[in-house]
Amino acid sequence: MSVDKDTVRRIAKLARIALEEERVEPMVQELNGILAWVEQLEEVDVEGVAPLTSVVAQKLKMRDDVVTDGGDADAVTANAPLGEDHFFVVPKVVE
Amino acid sequence: MPLPANPAELTLADARDALRARAISSVELTRTFLSAIEGARGLNAFITETPERALAMAEDADARLANGDGRPLEGVPLAIKDLFCTRGVRTTAGSRILDNFVPPYESTVTQNLWNAGAVMLGKTNLDEFAMGSSNETSFYKSAINPWRAKGSNQDLVPGGSSGGSAAAVSAHLCLAATGTDTGGSIRQPAAVTGIVGLKPTYGRCSRWGIVAFASSLDQAGPMTRTVRDAAIMLQQMASVDAKDSTSVDVPVPDYEAGIDAGVKGLRIGIPKEYRIDGAPPEINALWAKGAEWLKAQGAEIVEVSLPHTKYALPAYYIVAPAEASSNLARYDGVRYGHRASNASDIIDLYEKSRAEGFGAEVQRRVLIGTYVLSAGYYDAYYTRAQKIRTLIAQDFARAFEQCDALLTPATPGPAFAIGEKSNDPVSMYLNDVFTVTVNLAGLPGISVPAGLTADGLPLGLQIIGKAFDEATVLRTGHAIEQAAGFTARPAMWWAS
Amino acid sequence: MAASKAASKYIEGSTGPWEIVIGMEVHAQVSSNAKLFSGASAEFGAEPNAHVSFVDAAMPGMLPVINRFCVEQAVRTGLGLKAKINLESVFDRKNYFYPDQPSGYQISQYKYPVVGEGEVMLDLAGGETVRVGIERLHLEQDAGKSLHDQSADYSFVDLNRAGVALMEIVTRPDMRSADEAAAFLRKLRAIVRYLGTCDGNMDEGSMRADVNVSVRRPGEGLGTRCEIKNVNSMRFVSHAVEFEARRQIDILEAGGTIRQETRQFDSRAGETRSMRSKEDAHDYRYFPDPDLLPLVLDQAWVTEIERSLPELPDAKKDRFMRDYGLSPYDAGVIVAERELADYFEALAADVEPKAAANWLNNEVLGRLNRDGRTIADSPVDAGANNRILKMMAAGTISGKIAKDVLDIIWSDGGDPEEIVKARGLTQVTDTSAIEKAVEAVIAANPAKVEEVKAKPKLAGWFVGQVMKATGGKANPQAVNAILKTRLGIPEEG
Ligand SMILES: [Mg+2]
Ligand SMILES: [Zn+2]
Repeated sequence: MSVDKDTVRRIAKLARIALEEERVEPMVQELNGILAWVEQLEEVDVEGVAPLTSVVAQKLKMRDDVVTDGGDADAVTANAPLGEDHFFVVPKVVE
Repeated sequence: MPLPANPAELTLADARDALRARAISSVELTRTFLSAIEGARGLNAFITETPERALAMAEDADARLANGDGRPLEGVPLAIKDLFCTRGVRTTAGSRILDNFVPPYESTVTQNLWNAGAVMLGKTNLDEFAMGSSNETSFYKSAINPWRAKGSNQDLVPGGSSGGSAAAVSAHLCLAATGTDTGGSIRQPAAVTGIVGLKPTYGRCSRWGIVAFASSLDQAGPMTRTVRDAAIMLQQMASVDAKDSTSVDVPVPDYEAGIDAGVKGLRIGIPKEYRIDGAPPEINALWAKGAEWLKAQGAEIVEVSLPHTKYALPAYYIVAPAEASSNLARYDGVRYGHRASNASDIIDLYEKSRAEGFGAEVQRRVLIGTYVLSAGYYDAYYTRAQKIRTLIAQDFARAFEQCDALLTPATPGPAFAIGEKSNDPVSMYLNDVFTVTVNLAGLPGISVPAGLTADGLPLGLQIIGKAFDEATVLRTGHAIEQAAGFTARPAMWWAS
Repeated sequence: MAASKAASKYIEGSTGPWEIVIGMEVHAQVSSNAKLFSGASAEFGAEPNAHVSFVDAAMPGMLPVINRFCVEQAVRTGLGLKAKINLESVFDRKNYFYPDQPSGYQISQYKYPVVGEGEVMLDLAGGETVRVGIERLHLEQDAGKSLHDQSADYSFVDLNRAGVALMEIVTRPDMRSADEAAAFLRKLRAIVRYLGTCDGNMDEGSMRADVNVSVRRPGEGLGTRCEIKNVNSMRFVSHAVEFEARRQIDILEAGGTIRQETRQFDSRAGETRSMRSKEDAHDYRYFPDPDLLPLVLDQAWVTEIERSLPELPDAKKDRFMRDYGLSPYDAGVIVAERELADYFEALAADVEPKAAANWLNNEVLGRLNRDGRTIADSPVDAGANNRILKMMAAGTISGKIAKDVLDIIWSDGGDPEEIVKARGLTQVTDTSAIEKAVEAVIAANPAKVEEVKAKPKLAGWFVGQVMKATGGKANPQAVNAILKTRLGIPEEG
């Protein structure tokens, strides 16, 4: 499988990374280089093999329903590029 | 024990003992390293130096040592890979997008180290978001390998992604450093800088507070100058953590006490698939020598097969970017980190902030990861790669029915020149060919310096163990270390 | 038979009948103290970003750890929906960018939900029962909230809700009318409230429905559906369905086609509108969350939860019909709320159940409705009502006085027996006293007496006068009987 320019533009959109038009073609080449290389995986017979879900042999840990966190909006918003009254502020989102 | 003229020459174990015996103070030791760091800025090993904090921590340590209530690493100066969040200290992950990020929290691993009395010297350089094998993808420019080829002035890469930590340990800028290893990012730089690097079993160290690259593969570990030091560091770094669902509650044995047990009676597997075409002859020669050393110390050498080895790296380059594409979605310029200044709307803000904030390799991997997870391709790529992971894990399980640990080369070659491989992603990825299988199966592995190339550059051997059997890995690594008697040192060309 | 029943639900268009097909996805917030994957409070209504942990804000290196109670509540709800509990399920990441979604993905369950197929039975007016299949229930995180009307240029993001545990309950497309859709939501709300797994508070967004609507010609395959997002009241569900079905029928009858899309219900305008911003083709890139292991449950734990389930509305309704002899309608109304059913049982403990049901429906609920209160904050408890009913049954007070006593306690509080005693409200059954009052009324109204003799139907006026004269305390049957004899009205046949 390989990607074309439209696919690269679509993926970049999905990944929310602005891709200048002149970078699209080089990116097509780079991604296709990698995809061609990973194509060798098709040689492997994976019939009846379960995909690995975790290398850790244990049950999912669960915590108790106790409030142990939060209550520090200062810390949560301390690194915000733009904020007001403990809100994060972004350009207006039109619903 | 007589102190060396330069306390930076001490191993961590000896420094710990000297501190405890009050033969040296932590402040003195810390000052030594701080001035070494200052003098080694040419290596670009650190992104952020924290001298005030280091001295304050050292003073506290000295007070404790004076009271006789020193903890296991009391007063020991360390360098921390800048992927571990440190409260109040900028944490960049080597990325422009986190250039101004100051975490209001401390990672579990570093907290464990501070709780053990260690001192933080600063935050070390790394490939951006730990994506790289040469440190060249760092927004802060590559760290430089302290080693140079015989008679050459060419700057070499320190390996990656924990290249800054490797350079700092190798150049004696700290007693030890932390690293993280997703596909080889501790062991590969350790090998090419002539130090010891240990990737523990997945789940042994908490991932909480470590900037995530690929969650199912990432694991923190120590980078040190000796195997004993790695044992001492891991002892403190490891913990079961209620805040990390994938951290595992398996007792942490006394690693240091176990390393001298020798390898007599151990069965060491040699996986034949690690003999790859085109590997430099000195790699295979060193590997054979390693097997001889272990045999000479009473180990039994057995050939084993890991048939899916060649598929590990391509499978990794599906799984890791897929996870990364999702893990890195949070860097969107809204709550922290870089925000583009001229965004017209929210989507524009995302796209510009991420385009400006992420470097080329990160963008490439995010795009690959987005593609392999996208509708219509998920099964062909991601599911298939995860099935191959199952096969790789089964290969190891079968091999460990025949042996206690595996011996392999750590890297396919020595350190290379800066810029040499940066235009060809796939050839760069091949640096992890011997290390990545271990991450895919979640196993522990150590790289131990074992020899030099004809050009005088260090090479490492890797020991791979069963899950949670770091003790055997360390013990075998120690046997290699003793037999190799690796004492070579880089010339201090960088010292100003 | 089935056909004729269904036929009554068809909508008549200008070109013939149409059938509405409705499926629903309901998001029900788990009533928990803390969030699904973080220790921050899940409580509604706090200062901006006060109930936010570093995990909820998706700070670098933060990891999710699941709340056991939330899992338990999902299992409990599944059991209440008579659904299959999946002992192994998986948390996936649903990837998309939105300011309310700080990590860039929602942790949800995609291929392997914790709860599989189940059902909800609807009792409709007219005694019809409809089965709505439940396809699945899964656990997932809620998103934060953005305020868009604070500024012309900016949106303000508050993550207090981000990470709160939701149960997404997905039905089969088994509903055929706006009424059924509303009945489903009411029934589901009743079930989760009985179970205590969700408070069902639609005003606070604890329960939100996405309604999938399509129309088709009777007997034909499914039409193209539109999804109406976040319908947040019972009333709006039927309005939204009705509007949307009409809209689709109009398009189809004009020769157009329906575009599959997400729409929004505008409750003020009473219409659904296309959501342009969500038009982007979505590609959520689901994959198992590598920060979490598969969720594996012990059958023993599930069995333990099953044993602790309360009696649910359907079972309670059957029992009320069987044990109390209530009509399906009365029983249905009373079991709709667990508190109401409990209230009824306390009220009907030792009085005639039908009288208790009437009293509850007419007197208690009537007053609560008037005051905008719920049964939980009724000013008069079931015990006091029970004692009023007992006094009425014993003939101590009349029905009229009983209502007065209820009114008194309603506004001023107090003890029913004491009020009756202190205010002398005991019913007069002494015939000589009633006769005396009757005589007085007759004597004072000779003209009326003649009128009544001619038109016996007007006798009620005399009853009213006598009751008034006795302060409502006279036994109405006795007043009637005496008046009839005295005025010479023949017994009715
Ligand atoms: Mg949905
Ligand atoms: Zn949902």
